[in-house]
Amino acid sequence: MPEPQNPFDDGRQAVAPGGGAGGGFDLAAEEAGTLDKVPGQGGGGDLSEKPRSLWSDAWRDLRRNPIFIISALIILFLIFISLWPGVLASQDPLQADLSKAQQGSGPGHPFGYDQQGRDVYTRVIYGARASVTVGVCATLGVVILGSALGGLAGYFGGWWDAILSRISDVFFGIPVILGGLVFLSVITNSTVWPVVGFMILLGWPQIARIARGSVITAKQNDYVQAARALGAGNKRILLRHIAPNALAPVIVVGTIALGTYISLEATLSYLGVGLRPPTVSWGIDISDASSQIRNAPHMLLWPAGALSLTVLAFIMLGDAVRDALDPKLR
Amino acid sequence: MSTEYLAAEQARTPDSGVLLDVRDLHVEFRTRDGVAKAVNGVNYSVAEGETLAVLGESGSGKSVTAQAIMGILDSPPGFVTKGEIVFQGRDLLKLGAEERRKVRGAKMAMIFQDALSSLNPVLTVGEQLGEMFTTHQGMSKKDSRAKAVELMDRVRIPAAAERVKQYPHQFSGGMRQRVMIAMAMALEPDLIIADEPTTALDVTVQAQVMDLLAELQRELNMGLILITHDLGVVADVADKIAVMYAGRIVETAPVHEIYKAPAHPYTKGLLQSIPRLDQKGQELYAIKGLPPNLLRIPPGCAFNPRCPQARDRCRTEVPPLYEVGPVRASACHYWKETLGE
Amino acid sequence: MGRYVIRRLLQMIPVFIGSTFLIFFMVYALGDPVAALFGDRAPDPATAARIRADLHLNDPLWKQYLLYMGNIFRGDFGTAFNGQPVTELLRSAYPITIRLTIVAILFEIVIGITLGVVTGMKRGRPIDTGALLLTLIVVSIPTFVIGYVLQYLFGVKLKWVSPSVSPSAPFNELILPGLVLALVSLAYVTRLTRTSVAENTRADYVRTAVAKGLPRRRVVVRHLLRNSLIPVVTFIGTDIGALMGGAIVTERIYNIHGVGFQLYQGILRNNAPTVVGFVTILVLVFLLANLLVDLLYAVLDPRIRYA
Ligand SMILES: Nc1ncnc2c1ncn2[C@@H]1O[C@H](COP(=O)(O)OP(=O)(O)OP(=O)(O)O)[C@@H](O)[C@H]1O
Ligand code: SF4
Ligand SMILES: [Mg+2]
Repeated sequence: MPEPQNPFDDGRQAVAPGGGAGGGFDLAAEEAGTLDKVPGQGGGGDLSEKPRSLWSDAWRDLRRNPIFIISALIILFLIFISLWPGVLASQDPLQADLSKAQQGSGPGHPFGYDQQGRDVYTRVIYGARASVTVGVCATLGVVILGSALGGLAGYFGGWWDAILSRISDVFFGIPVILGGLVFLSVITNSTVWPVVGFMILLGWPQIARIARGSVITAKQNDYVQAARALGAGNKRILLRHIAPNALAPVIVVGTIALGTYISLEATLSYLGVGLRPPTVSWGIDISDASSQIRNAPHMLLWPAGALSLTVLAFIMLGDAVRDALDPKLR
Repeated sequence: MSTEYLAAEQARTPDSGVLLDVRDLHVEFRTRDGVAKAVNGVNYSVAEGETLAVLGESGSGKSVTAQAIMGILDSPPGFVTKGEIVFQGRDLLKLGAEERRKVRGAKMAMIFQDALSSLNPVLTVGEQLGEMFTTHQGMSKKDSRAKAVELMDRVRIPAAAERVKQYPHQFSGGMRQRVMIAMAMALEPDLIIADEPTTALDVTVQAQVMDLLAELQRELNMGLILITHDLGVVADVADKIAVMYAGRIVETAPVHEIYKAPAHPYTKGLLQSIPRLDQKGQELYAIKGLPPNLLRIPPGCAFNPRCPQARDRCRTEVPPLYEVGPVRASACHYWKETLGE
Repeated sequence: MGRYVIRRLLQMIPVFIGSTFLIFFMVYALGDPVAALFGDRAPDPATAARIRADLHLNDPLWKQYLLYMGNIFRGDFGTAFNGQPVTELLRSAYPITIRLTIVAILFEIVIGITLGVVTGMKRGRPIDTGALLLTLIVVSIPTFVIGYVLQYLFGVKLKWVSPSVSPSAPFNELILPGLVLALVSLAYVTRLTRTSVAENTRADYVRTAVAKGLPRRRVVVRHLLRNSLIPVVTFIGTDIGALMGGAIVTERIYNIHGVGFQLYQGILRNNAPTVVGFVTILVLVFLLANLLVDLLYAVLDPRIRYA
């Protein structure tokens, strides 16, 4: 069930029968809905040529896509403020003045104050770091672990594959939020790392499935068969021929997942098991503010807006990259 | 140019035996990369009971012309920009959508190349055949089922009564194409367009399917437009041939005449490229060069970059369809030379 | 078919054991059930030791798991933090969450599929772009934020609904929570339907249907939709489990005493029997829903055969 729900792979993998628990249907016809971005032919010639043109075509497309440019700019800006928040906010995000609690905006404090009289603007700027760290680290972990396990399972098949499929079924069987509550409620460490670790633990099967699927597709391609016929070893085939192709869908889904992890952090914080003060995070501020919506909507608006914009930027970026990589959709 | 020829041909065939008359048809595809001019002034006609074979390289616009006639162009991006499609005396392009729909299936039908993808995978063959009768004739479900069995018998699918309940993927390629033929024939239309009906089939069943189609055509006295790459089949079943190049007709002629002496260098190349028994051992001829990019069709005669007989005039002046014989025309400035050789 | 079902049921066993064991492991091994029983007070060591022995907490984990599962199959789910048997909590909580899930699924079907079909057939038009943007925005905002905002808007400001749900949780009070619960899936269903419809619009068999001269309505409903909705129907099927497990946030916002609420209480109070009991049922529901979806898939698409 809730594989961290990802509405944006349009189900092209998720839908293939057996994508749920178990698996085991044969499509009599070949119309299985896989995301086949791998160029069709290939054969002889320069064997490494194909994947490169896929990426350069995509890049040419992306440069002209306004959605890509806007989301990339937003993300660059975010990375900037998470590295150097002090450049844009001169105050201390922890400094509280209770006499100003919940006050609206005023001079020098465009977003107003929160419940404890801290400056909302400063907290929004400083909060980016925690959210971006969680998103980036969780995604890196999930992508590395997932594509390694899924890729190997897809390439070698057999027992490897069977065991991996069952294990990922087990993880899919646990609702994310529920798993997060159980796992994180017993942990007292208040850094971002338990949250990141949990996301990797429950997130890798999603990437593993995609990597497995695309490796299986790539493996059957002519130029891979040709390389094998020419006596290339497993390592060389995997790294040089399969990885560049199989990586495309992983990167797309990973980018989109990054956004959902940021959102998930907020939800976990809302349930009291995510990040904890004194860490400054959007998630914490949003969950504090959501019960105050009647009295001080500005407390909710700014951090929630910042977080949503961030998630949106990653989802749109992933969407744009996918469209650029998938010529079928044009 | 072409209108002259048309006038000439109509003068020759005053009787109303003409079933379909395509005049100066233009179709373009407006894509992201530009406007692809897929059909640039096609003229051909089919009489009742007549078979017209349409030949030409891949991408020459054979299927697009057929889709425009049927009214099933993928639109957007495809648009008919000019021309007339006169069918049984009415210009189809002037009809409303609903009237046009009533012509489709009932008066003219189409057989596609790939029967597996052209049949709906999740409906039984019987349902797909039967809906021709329920939607066009308001027949009851039960009666339409009986009709479906009858049709399948007629195209000689064994055990029709059982197989009518099966799905397309449970049929072999040849049997599936028979289902397609049955579907096209269901309402006994006056014109059938078969777009490479046997290309996707095993060589062994190609002939059977083609024979079946020809036989039914004779029985029902239908006009048939047969799009094909198989010149052997053309010689057997066609009355007339239209050769297409870059969205235009470059030569039309009765079938026996064209085989004897082509009047266009492209037709000549096409005929030379088929292996013949009497030339065993000789190297196969191939027309050199590539078909033109439809976004940038060369000026003058579109064939000039590949034509062995091309000269300066060919690069500037578009050749009209010259009248070559009573029912024969060629779009080559030097047709006489080609014919004479 | 029968053999296929049996094989699938057998395949479910390791997944069932794995999932429940994982949760069991997390609850029992990572937390301390005895400390939880006493709350903030430090338990007297002798009492604690007796309780540990009673609960078999000194046995190896796999043995505890087996004992626990054995009890479950005898219908004994243990005791919740408030002294009630867990089975009683299950009996009161599940019907509520099932009602909530039904409301959410209805939203997915009615709004999601409609939007998806419309956008898929009008690809690139303003309505398509607008709906797509809306789905993106919906998933970008955390559900609990939307939940609070809608509660404030419809419950407090406009007073169309009551801001929180009464203990009996009748259907009419679950409309807003059901919508909130459905939102993310709703966006997914819309996009999935859209892609599927758009892909099938260009399919050869749709072209055939047009060439047959069928009325447009019939082409769309009988040929285009009949095929396009297969993946959507199967997604909605698998989503049943996801919704029930994901109701924690929604149930907390609207104070609905369903599965999510009980689980949350159980986790906060570190009451292992409640947590493991509820999760066990959830995993079962999830696995059975998946099996049903696979069988449904084969009914909807005759090309699939039971292997
Ligand atoms: N849906 C479409 N969108 C854009 N361009 C199209 C479309 N359909 C056809 N074309 C263009 O029209 C041209 C003519 O295509 P057509 O299918 O008529 O060729 P053909 O003569 O039938 O070739 P073949 O022998 O391969 O079937 C092609 O070059 C193609 O680029
Ligand atoms: S017009 Fe010129 S180029 Fe065209 S076919 Fe004739 S000779 Fe060749
Ligand atoms: Mg064609």
